[in-house]
Amino acid sequence: MTILVIAEHDNKVLAPATLNTVAAAVKIGGDIHLLVAGQGAGAVAESAAKIAGVAKVLVADNAAYAHQLPENVAPLVAELGAGYSHILAAATSNGKNILPRVAAQLDVDQISEIISVESADTFKRPIYAGNAIATVQSSAAIKVITVRATGFDPVAAEGGSAAVEAVAAVHDAGTSSFVGEELAKSDRPELTAAKIVVSGGRGMQNGDNFKHLYALADKLGAAVGASRAAVDAGFVPNDMQVGQTGKIVAPQLYIAVGISGAIQHLAGMKDSKVIVAINKDEEAPIFQVADYGLVADLFEAIPEFEKLV
Amino acid sequence: MKVLVAVKRVVDYNVKVRVKADNSGVDLANVKMSMNPFCEIAVEEAVRLKEKGVATEIVVVSIGPSTAQEQLRTALALGADRAILVESADELNSLAVAKLLKAVVDKEQPQLVILGKQAIDSDNNQTGQMLAALTGYGQGTFASKVEVSGDSVAVTREVDGGGQTVSLKLPAIVTTDLRLNEPRYASLPNIMKAKKKPLEVLTPDALGVSTASTTKTLKVEAPAARSAGIKVKSVAELVEKLKNEAKVI
Repeated sequence: MTILVIAEHDNKVLAPATLNTVAAAVKIGGDIHLLVAGQGAGAVAESAAKIAGVAKVLVADNAAYAHQLPENVAPLVAELGAGYSHILAAATSNGKNILPRVAAQLDVDQISEIISVESADTFKRPIYAGNAIATVQSSAAIKVITVRATGFDPVAAEGGSAAVEAVAAVHDAGTSSFVGEELAKSDRPELTAAKIVVSGGRGMQNGDNFKHLYALADKLGAAVGASRAAVDAGFVPNDMQVGQTGKIVAPQLYIAVGISGAIQHLAGMKDSKVIVAINKDEEAPIFQVADYGLVADLFEAIPEFEKLV
Repeated sequence: MKVLVAVKRVVDYNVKVRVKADNSGVDLANVKMSMNPFCEIAVEEAVRLKEKGVATEIVVVSIGPSTAQEQLRTALALGADRAILVESADELNSLAVAKLLKAVVDKEQPQLVILGKQAIDSDNNQTGQMLAALTGYGQGTFASKVEVSGDSVAVTREVDGGGQTVSLKLPAIVTTDLRLNEPRYASLPNIMKAKKKPLEVLTPDALGVSTASTTKTLKVEAPAARSAGIKVKSVAELVEKLKNEAKVI
C-alpha cells in the first residue's frame, strides 16, 4: 500500500493541516508520498521532505498549478494517483475543491472529512452537522479521502529526509483562470491551528465591538472566530466563520462570546478541550456544551476578562 | 441562457436528528423535510439571473424519492420554469448523483449549472465538483458572487484565507455558499401557479446510469456527549478556574 497525500500550501509555506493529513496516512499504514503541486514552491517541497514519515515528495511545478485551480490540479492528481491505494487531502477549501473532482475522474466515491481511521478501508466521519458519526467502509480500488485536521494530532514537521522528485506532467484545461484574491491579513494565530479561540456571535451587535474580542485574544495569544450570524450580519468576514459549513476548530480553549449555540455552530467547535460560554441569556443552548458558563453582559465581562489575564 | 439548478430534499435544518437504536442510521420518521438551505440559495441565484435578463429558462432537478416533488414544487414557486425528478428510493452517493446530473446536463445542455455546496444531511460537499469532472466544465465552488458576462462567468469564492475570484468559460458549474444571496419566500399566487408548471419524472435506468457504490455505511452512532459543565458567578472565578482547574491559560 502506498498513500498519496496532497500538500496544502500557498507556494511559499506548507500549511499545518498537511501534518494532520499525513498523520491520518500513518494510521492507514504503508509508504507515504507527498505531492506538492504549485509554482515556484521549492521551499514548500523542502519543508515537505522533512516531515516525519514521508518517503517521497513529488513536485509538479508549473504556472498551471499556481493557484490550485481544480480543472488543472485534479487531472494531475488523478493521473499520479492511479498507482496508489489511497489519495488523501486536508478538508480545507482547497482539498474540498479539488479532491471530489479527482474521485469522479477515477470513477470512485470520495469519503469526506474523516475523523478517525478504523482500518485501511474503514473510517469514521461526522454527518448531520456532527449529530451522528458514520462508520463507512470502502471497497474502491483507490480510496479518495479528505481528512478533518482536528481528528488527528499532527506528525512532526522535522525528522524526515524524503527524496524529492520532479513531475513533468502538465495539465492545463484552459476552462478556468485565476482573477484575484483578497486574503485576510492578521498577526494572530490561524483559526484552525490556534490553541485558544475567542469567537463572537450576534450578541456582539456590530463589527466595531469585535475590538473587545481582539484585545482579549491578543492578551491570550488567541485566534478570533465568529458564528454564522455574526458573519451574515456583516460584522466580520467569512474566513472567520466557525461551524458546520465554516471552519472546524478544536483548540485547547474555546471562548464563545454572545453566541447562542445553534447546532450548526456547535458542529464546528464542540470537540474543543475546554469550552467557555459568556452570554446574557442563561437559556442559550451554548451553555449545554460549555465547561464553564458565565451569565453576564459581555460588554462588561470581556474588558474585565482582559484585565485579569 | 438556460440554467440548471439541482436541489436536494433533506431533513429541515432546525431539526436535531437522533440516531436509531439499532445504529443503522438516523431516525427520519415524522421529521420535517425541506429543501437543503444551500440549494435554496442556488434557486434564488438562478431566479435573480433570470430577473436580470441573463437567464432565459430555469430547469430545476432533484435526485431522490417521489416525495422530493415537494421541493421541486417549492423551486417552481420561487421562479423555476420546469422541473425534473430523477426518482430513486435508494439513498445515493455523491458520485451516483453526479452521474445522473451529467445525464440530465447532456439532455438539457444548460450553460450554467448551480448547486448547493453541500447537503446538510450527508455533509459531503462533493456533487458539484464531481459533476464538473464528469462534464469537463470549469467549477466555481463556495460562491459568494456570480457574474455572467458574454461567454464566461466570474465567481468569487469563499476560501479559507478570505475570498478568491476565478473566471470560468461557459458552460460551467457553480456551487453556492451562504453569502451568495438571501433566498426569498414563495408567494401564495406563485405557489398556486407552480402546481401547473411541468414536472417530468425520470429514472436512473431510463437515463442509462448505474448507481452502484463502493462505499458501505457499517453503522451510525451518536457522538460522544460532553459532560455538563458548571456556571461561574464572576469573571474572576472564571479566570481562576481556567488557570488552576482547566490549566488552559
